[in-house]
Amino acid sequence: MSTHLEQNNTTNAGIAFQLKGGLFTLTTLQIFSADINALHTQLTAKIQQAPNFFHNAPLVLDLKIAVQTNIDFAALSDMLKSLNLIPVGIKNATPEQTQNAIKHGFAILRDAPNPKERELLATNPQVTPKSHVAKIITDPVRSGQQIYAPDGDLIIINQVSNGAELIADGSIHVYGSMRGRALAGINGNTNARIFCNSLEAELVSVAGNYKISEDIERQAWKIAAQIYIKDDRLQISAL
Amino acid sequence: MTEAKVIVVTSGKGGVGKTTSTAAIGAELARRGNKTVVIDFDIGLRNLDLIMGCERRVIYDFINVINNEATLSQALIKDKREPNLYVLPASQTRNKDALQQEGVSKVIEQLKKEFKFIICDSPAGIERGALMALYFAEEAVIVTNPEVSSVRDSDRIIGVLNSDSKLAKEGSEVKKHLLITRFSPSRAKRGEMLSVEDVREILAVDLLGVIPESPAVLSASNQGIPITLDVDNDAKFAYRAAVSKLLGEPEPVQTSNKWGFLKNIRIFKGEPV
Repeated sequence: MSTHLEQNNTTNAGIAFQLKGGLFTLTTLQIFSADINALHTQLTAKIQQAPNFFHNAPLVLDLKIAVQTNIDFAALSDMLKSLNLIPVGIKNATPEQTQNAIKHGFAILRDAPNPKERELLATNPQVTPKSHVAKIITDPVRSGQQIYAPDGDLIIINQVSNGAELIADGSIHVYGSMRGRALAGINGNTNARIFCNSLEAELVSVAGNYKISEDIERQAWKIAAQIYIKDDRLQISAL
Repeated sequence: MTEAKVIVVTSGKGGVGKTTSTAAIGAELARRGNKTVVIDFDIGLRNLDLIMGCERRVIYDFINVINNEATLSQALIKDKREPNLYVLPASQTRNKDALQQEGVSKVIEQLKKEFKFIICDSPAGIERGALMALYFAEEAVIVTNPEVSSVRDSDRIIGVLNSDSKLAKEGSEVKKHLLITRFSPSRAKRGEMLSVEDVREILAVDLLGVIPESPAVLSASNQGIPITLDVDNDAKFAYRAAVSKLLGEPEPVQTSNKWGFLKNIRIFKGEPV
C-alpha cells in the first residue's frame, strides 16, 4: 500500500503537480441500519464523548452488515457533513449500492488482502512472503516523539512517556511503563497485539479499534497487560 | 587550558527557575575560580540582566555582536562582585528571528577561547530561541518543578535535546542533568506535590540537585543578586551542592546549622530520604 508513484508533468517549464502514493489511517463507520435519523441521534451522542477526535474526521463507511438495505447516499452524506464528519468512501458494498454511491461522490475502497489471501492469489510459487523485521528501541520514548514500525513489530525496551506515540503495522511491545499512545495493526492487521509491563496509556488501538485511558482505567491500570481483538472488539487482559 | 564547556539551562516550561538557576550556577562556578559567562537567549524578553543586577550597564547585546555591530568585549558586562563572572545580555527590542545559527556559532567559538564555562539561559518553549540555546550545548541542566505540566514539558525538551542538538545530529549525546526547583519536602510528603522519586522515574535523567521553595529567591531576584552570592539561605546551599556535583568536587564545608535547613541536606543532594 505504500507505493511510491511519482509522475512529473515536465512538458512546461513550471511543474504544476506531482503524484505520490500515501498511507493514511481512517476511521471506519460500520453501518447497521439505513435509518438516517437513528444514525444521526446515535452519532451525535458518540461525538460528544470525544469531540476533537471526530471533528472533520474522514470516514470510511463499511456496508458489510447493511448489505441488504437500500441506502439513501445523498441523505447519508448530508447528515454526516452536518455533524462535521467527512465521508470519503465506502467498502463491502453490493454492486447496486456501489453504483448509487459513486453517483453521490463516494470513493470505492478495498481492504488490503490479508496475508492468507495474498498467498492464495499468488500464482508464482517463487514469490516469497514479505519478511517482518521488528524495530527495536532501547532509549526512553519522550513526549512528542513518534515512532513508526512499518511492516513489522515495534519493541521498546524502556518506558514510553505521556505524549509519545507508537505506531506499528504489527504488534507493539513495551518492556516498561506505557504512558503514551500505542496504535498497532495500523494497516488493518487485527491479529496485532499490544503488550506492556505497566499499562498507563493515553490511548491504545488495534487495527483502528481504540480505547482511551478513561476506559482502560476501569479495566486494567498500571499492570502488565495485553491488548488484542477478540470477537471484533478490543480486549484488555492481564499478562 | 582545558576545553571550555557549553552548558544550556533549559526546561520547556516557563517560570520554573531557568534564569534564577543560570545566575546561581554561573556565579558559583565563577566564585570557585572558573572564568564564566552567562548568555541570555531570551531575545525580546530578557531578564538575565535583571537577575544578575547589571540592567543599568547594558550598552551592547548578543544580537549586536552577532550582527557585527559591536565586539564581544564591548557587549560583555563584568560582574561587580565576582571577577570571573561575565554577562552577555539579550536584545530587548529585537526578536528571536535575529538569532542565526552561524552568528551564534561564531560568538560561542570566540567565547570558548576566553572562558571555562559558557552557560546559556534558554527561553521557555521549543522554538527558535530555545533551539538556538541548546544547539551548541555539550551539557544540559533541565530545570523542573515537581508538578505535572513542568515534568511533561521537561520530558519534551529532553526529546528535543536528543534529536535537535548539534551533538545529537553528529551521533553523540548531550549530557543531561535534572535540577528540581521549588521543591517543598512537607508538601511532597502530604502528596500535594510530586516527590523527587516520581520526577526521577518519569524523566529518567541523572539528578543534579533539588532546590527548595524559598522566599530568598524572590528577594534576591528583586535585588539583582544571584542566589549563590546572597546571604546564607537554604536555596543557596542547595545550589552550591548542585554545582559541586556538576564539577565532581567535594562539598564546601558547612560550619553552622543555625538556620535549620541542613536537616534537608539529603533531599537537596537527591539522596533517598
